[in-house]
Amino acid sequence: MSLEEQISPEIRKFAAEVGPTGPVTVAGGQTQWEVGGLPDPNVRKVVAPSGVWSHQPEEMTVRCGAGTTLIELSEVLAQHSQMVPLDMAPNATVGGVLAVGRSGIRRLRYGPMRDLVLQIRHVDHAGKIVTSGGPTVKNVSGYDLCRLLVGSLGKFGCIAEVILRCLPIPAATKWLSGIADPFEVYSKLYRPSSILWDGKRVWVCIEGVLSDVEAEAALLNLEEVEGPPALPVGGRVALEPKSLKDLEVNGSNWIAEIGVGIVHGDIPIGGGQVSERNRSLMRDLEHRLDPTGRLNPGRQVVEA
Amino acid sequence: MQNKSDAKLFDDLHAVLGDRARAGDFELGLYGKDGSVLQGEPAIVCLPVDTPEVREIVDICLDHGRPFLARGSGTGLAGGAVPVGDPVIIATAKMNKIIEVDLDNRIAWVEPGVLNLDLSRELMPLGFHFAPDPSSQQVCSIGGNVANNSGGPHCLAYGVTSAHVAAIEVVLPDGSVTVLGDLTAEPGGYDLRGLFVGSEGTMGVATKIAVRLTPNPPAIRTLLLDFEDVRDGAAAVSAIIAAGLIPAALEMMDKRAIEIVEAFVNAGYPTEADAVLLVELDGLPGGVEHGVEVVRSVAERHQVGNVRVAVDDEERELLWKGRKNAFGAVARIKPDYYLHDTVVPRGKLVEVLEKVYNIADAYDLIAVNVFHAGDGNLHPILAYDSSEPGVLERVHAAGRAIVTASIEAGGVLSGEHGIGLEKRDYMGMLFSSHDMATQDLIREAFDPQGFANPLKVLPSGSRCSDSFHQHVPEGAWV
Repeated sequence: MSLEEQISPEIRKFAAEVGPTGPVTVAGGQTQWEVGGLPDPNVRKVVAPSGVWSHQPEEMTVRCGAGTTLIELSEVLAQHSQMVPLDMAPNATVGGVLAVGRSGIRRLRYGPMRDLVLQIRHVDHAGKIVTSGGPTVKNVSGYDLCRLLVGSLGKFGCIAEVILRCLPIPAATKWLSGIADPFEVYSKLYRPSSILWDGKRVWVCIEGVLSDVEAEAALLNLEEVEGPPALPVGGRVALEPKSLKDLEVNGSNWIAEIGVGIVHGDIPIGGGQVSERNRSLMRDLEHRLDPTGRLNPGRQVVEA
Repeated sequence: MQNKSDAKLFDDLHAVLGDRARAGDFELGLYGKDGSVLQGEPAIVCLPVDTPEVREIVDICLDHGRPFLARGSGTGLAGGAVPVGDPVIIATAKMNKIIEVDLDNRIAWVEPGVLNLDLSRELMPLGFHFAPDPSSQQVCSIGGNVANNSGGPHCLAYGVTSAHVAAIEVVLPDGSVTVLGDLTAEPGGYDLRGLFVGSEGTMGVATKIAVRLTPNPPAIRTLLLDFEDVRDGAAAVSAIIAAGLIPAALEMMDKRAIEIVEAFVNAGYPTEADAVLLVELDGLPGGVEHGVEVVRSVAERHQVGNVRVAVDDEERELLWKGRKNAFGAVARIKPDYYLHDTVVPRGKLVEVLEKVYNIADAYDLIAVNVFHAGDGNLHPILAYDSSEPGVLERVHAAGRAIVTASIEAGGVLSGEHGIGLEKRDYMGMLFSSHDMATQDLIREAFDPQGFANPLKVLPSGSRCSDSFHQHVPEGAWV
C-alpha cells in the first residue's frame, strides 16, 4: 500500500474541513477546555473523526480517530482485556487528552501519556496531512514529533488519527486508604500504580496478579476502599517529586501524587516556568509550524 | 591538516583545549568511523571536559563556519557518528562523571560520556538501575543512548531511552546553553526534551542528562524455549503477548545463531533446535510465576521442545551471555558483519524472516538472526568477508531489500539504531515529502545553519540549507 493509500477517507475529509485558511479549533469532549485559556470567540470549531478503526490484540496496538471518546476506546479494548491507561473523563476524546497532555492518576506506574503514543496523523496549518512516528510498538524512524504534539494544545496542528500502545488490564486492582506516611508507603512497594496524599490521608492503588496485590497490601496498615478520592478542582501544579516532602499548604484542599509530584487543588504554588531560551525556541517552532497563527488562537502553551 | 583555514581553526581550539584538541592521523582515523561500515573524514577531534568547553568549541566552529558532530563511544550502527561535511568532532569520552544520584526524585544527573553499564553498576547497591540496555551497554555512552533513543532487550517492558530521560542540559547549535525538560512530571511549554531524544545530534550537544532510575525487580525468571521449527517459535511470540503477558524481555535466535553462540560461550543452547526463545519475566513473585506458567502453556501449544528455566543467577547470566555475545560470535563464520535493525508487526515475523533468508541467498550472503522478537524488532546480521571484491555492494543491496520487505509488511525503518546516514535515503519509504519537510522545519528551529551533525537523518533535499553536499564520502550511499 502506497503512503497515499494509507490515509483513510475520514482523515482526508477532516483535512478538507480544517482547510488552509481562517482561525480554527478542534473541539473534543471539552473536558479540559479552559487549559491554556479559551480559544478566541470567532474561531471556527471542527470535530475530529471518531471510531476505533483497528485493534490488534496480538500487536497490543490500537488505531482510532482523534475524536473517539475514552469510554468507547476502553469498551473496545476491554473485549480483549486490554487498556490504554489515559485515565481521564470518559467523555473526553483521545485527541483532546493528548493535545492537553495531562496524565492521569496512575502515571506513577504507567508513565506519561506521551509514552503511549506510537503514531499521530495531524492536519497542519496548510490543511495538509502529516504523519509522524510509526505503527509498530518500537520505532525511532525520524524525529519524535508525536511527543512534541502531546501537550501542544493543537498549536502545531489538528490531531486526526492516532495509534496507541495497549497494555493488559491487570488481573487485580485494589485501592487502599488510611492515615500513613506516604513516602514510607512508596518505599515499601514495588511499582505501585498510584499513591495520593492530602496531607493526612493516603490512597494507594496496587495492581497485578491477586497474590502480589494481596502481599503488597499486607505490607501496609490500610483499609480497602472503593477507589480514589475525587480530585479537587481549581488548580494543578507539577513539582519535583521530593519537594512534596516539604509541602506545607495548610487549610486548603489539595491532593498530591506521591512519586510523580503533581498537586491537584487550589494551592498558591507556581510551576511550569519556561526559561527565556526555551521560550524563544518554542515561539520559533510555533511560527514555523503555524506562520499565520490560525491554529487554536487564544489558547497558549507558553504564557505570554 | 587539510588546508589553511583548518590550521587557524585548530589553533583556536588548541588555545582552549590544549592537547585535548587533536588532528593527528591516528585520531582522525579513529574518529572517521562508528559501528557501521561507513567511513567519513573528521577535521579535528576535541575532547572537552565540561559544558563551558563544549560551548567554546561550538562558538569557535560558528566563527569558522564549520559544522560539528558530538560523539559518544562510537558504537552506533547507522552511521550517525560518521563525520560528513568536515565537522569538528566533539567526543564526550572525558565527560564521564555521575554528577548526582537523587533517590528522593529517583533520578541521576550524569555527563554524556558515562557508560550505560557503569551507571547501572553504580546504582545496583541502591536497588535501582537505568532501564535501557543495548547489547553494547558495556561500552556505549548515555549521551549516545539519548542521541539514538536507544533500546535493548528489556525495553519490551520498560520502554526505550526517551521514557527514561527527565531533563537534558544542551549546548544548542548557536552556542547557547539551556535545559530541556525538568524534574517535574509536566514541564512548562512544549516537550522539547522529547524532541531532542533521538535527534541524533542534529539539535545540539547534550552535556548533562537527568535519567530516571528504575527499581530493581524483586523476582526474575529466565526461560529458554527451543523449537524444531522457527515458525512455531515466532507464532509463540505473538501468542505470549496476546495472552496478556508483557515479559521483561522476549528474544529470539535462529538456528545459525544458536550454533555459533553455543560454540562461543557454551551456554548449553540446544544446537539441534531451529530456533530458541529467551524469555525473561520480572516483577513481584506472584506475577513472575504466573508468567512462567503462561509462557509454558503457550509454548506447549506451539510445539515447544524443551523448556529450560534457569535455576539460579549463574545460569540466568549464562543464558544471557549467549544472547549478548551473539554479534561477536559471528566472527566464527565470517570476519565481518552488517547488522540491520527494522521493526515489523509481531504477526509478520515469520513472513519477514523467510524473506530475509531468501534475500541473503539471492545476494550470496549468510543471514544470522538474533533479535528482540517481543516487540517485532528484527536484527538480521549479514555475515561477509570484506576482502571479497564487490561484497559490500551486495551487502548494501541486501540491506535495502530487507528494509523494503519490512516496510511492506507494515513495519518501520529502525527500532533502536536510528537513521543516521545508513537509512537517511530510505526515509521516503515511510514518510511523504511533506512529512519530511515538516520534520525539517523543526530541526531548523534548533539549527538554522545546519551545523549540528549535518546530512544526517533527513535526506538532502528535505531542507534548503544543507551546504555540505560535496563532502559525502564514497560508499555512504547505502
